Amino acid sequence: MSLNEWLVITIGAILVNNMVLARILGICPFLGVSKKLSTALGMSGALIFVMTLASFAASVLYNCLISVKHSVPALGLQNVDISFTRILLFIVVIAALVQLVEIIMQKFSPTLYGALGIYLPLITTNCCVLGAAELNVNANRTVLGSTVFGLCSGIGFSIAVILFASLRERLELSKIPRPFQGAAIALITAGILAMAFMGFSGLVK
Amino acid sequence: MDTIILSVIVVGITGMVLGGFIAVAAKKFAVELDPRIDEVAGMLPGANCGGCGFAGCSDLAKNIVEGNAPAGRCPVCTAETVEKIAAFLGQSAEKKEKMVAVVLCSGTLSNSKMAAGYNGVLDCRSANIMNGGGKACRFGCIGFGTCTRTCKFGAIEVIDGLAVVHPELCVGCGQCAEVCPRKMIKLVPATTQVHVYCNSLEKPVLRRKKCAGACISCRKCIKAEPEKMSSQGFMVRVNYSNAPDASIVEKAQCPAKCLLTPEEHLKAVRDGIKKNEGAA
Repeated sequence: MSLNEWLVITIGAILVNNMVLARILGICPFLGVSKKLSTALGMSGALIFVMTLASFAASVLYNCLISVKHSVPALGLQNVDISFTRILLFIVVIAALVQLVEIIMQKFSPTLYGALGIYLPLITTNCCVLGAAELNVNANRTVLGSTVFGLCSGIGFSIAVILFASLRERLELSKIPRPFQGAAIALITAGILAMAFMGFSGLVK
Repeated sequence: MDTIILSVIVVGITGMVLGGFIAVAAKKFAVELDPRIDEVAGMLPGANCGGCGFAGCSDLAKNIVEGNAPAGRCPVCTAETVEKIAAFLGQSAEKKEKMVAVVLCSGTLSNSKMAAGYNGVLDCRSANIMNGGGKACRFGCIGFGTCTRTCKFGAIEVIDGLAVVHPELCVGCGQCAEVCPRKMIKLVPATTQVHVYCNSLEKPVLRRKKCAGACISCRKCIKAEPEKMSSQGFMVRVNYSNAPDASIVEKAQCPAKCLLTPEEHLKAVRDGIKKNEGAA
């Protein structure tokens, strides 16, 4: 791929088609862990890690197993297309992979596990992780392209959630009219943040 | 039909293979933990208040089991729980008195004179930097409820701009005393029946100008129970190591209505709001 295409993938995933603010995926962790900056940072780290890994695994799985036409002579099957099972398989593989990594991480790097551990089970089958895998399939990306897309989507999510957590920490201390307190003002803030990100929409076609 | 058969086979095999991997990994990479840590963590309150100084109940449990912390380190646990933990680990429990927090201040909005209008961030720590918020008194409660938000047990209520601790809910973890920018929340033995609700170090004349609830340092309470009260400059305090019982309220007849039991104090604060509403 040319440099231009790489730029489209990275800038597109981080800013223009931001997972949270433009595609509205992964809203659950976006609202759930954004009360404090420290938890938002932990979640971001875990999500970048999981999305990169999941995009890679899903892409390998798709290119090697799912998109291929299968023929099993022993069962009398000829040229069967099973690409419709991909979402099911993606969920199973991503969840299993993250579980596996979590177990291994707990054994070999307790520090990293302490930092990311509690967030990993929360996001194994999160919609933005699955969404990244599915978008890769739709865009016909190679394994490397998919991995980079996963990484950049994770970074995009991190930017969104860290910005949002900082805003919410400040809002916590402000005089907010009673009907808007709590979730209401959080959703309004998310909306305004998403509108701000709309400013990037002309950057990449 | 072919599609159905093949997809069932593929998904089934994938699931089984991955399940097998996880099962093997869980056995092979299992981290060996002292099983007593879980047991001790189960006995601890589980509020993760951080009052012990560790990162939460399970962290404290780990440190208790490893011998880095005494069994009674948790300020929230009752004496029975501490004994149970100590007995479980074969240690002897040291006796410790239950403490509760108390805000020694009568500076409700009805009582206080306001020196300024404060429009900043509604947090005591922030107000303390900005010359201490709106109230004229520099020693009393700022009343923006930083302690209320910190308390994991819902034991502190801000009534009429004054934080009031409900002793029956307070577990004495000390988080509020830690977070209060004026450091005016005190941990006192839970058996204490009366307090002097004023924290000012100023001259009595000056403090009465700033707060209608301030102690006037008349020392009637000290005369009534010389052993059980103490004074430091103009500040009168209950002697918490030898506290008087509730009868001192009758004996001393505090003219400033500053020497009160926690219940009377709570009632006085609530009545202050009603009086104000009546006036308006």
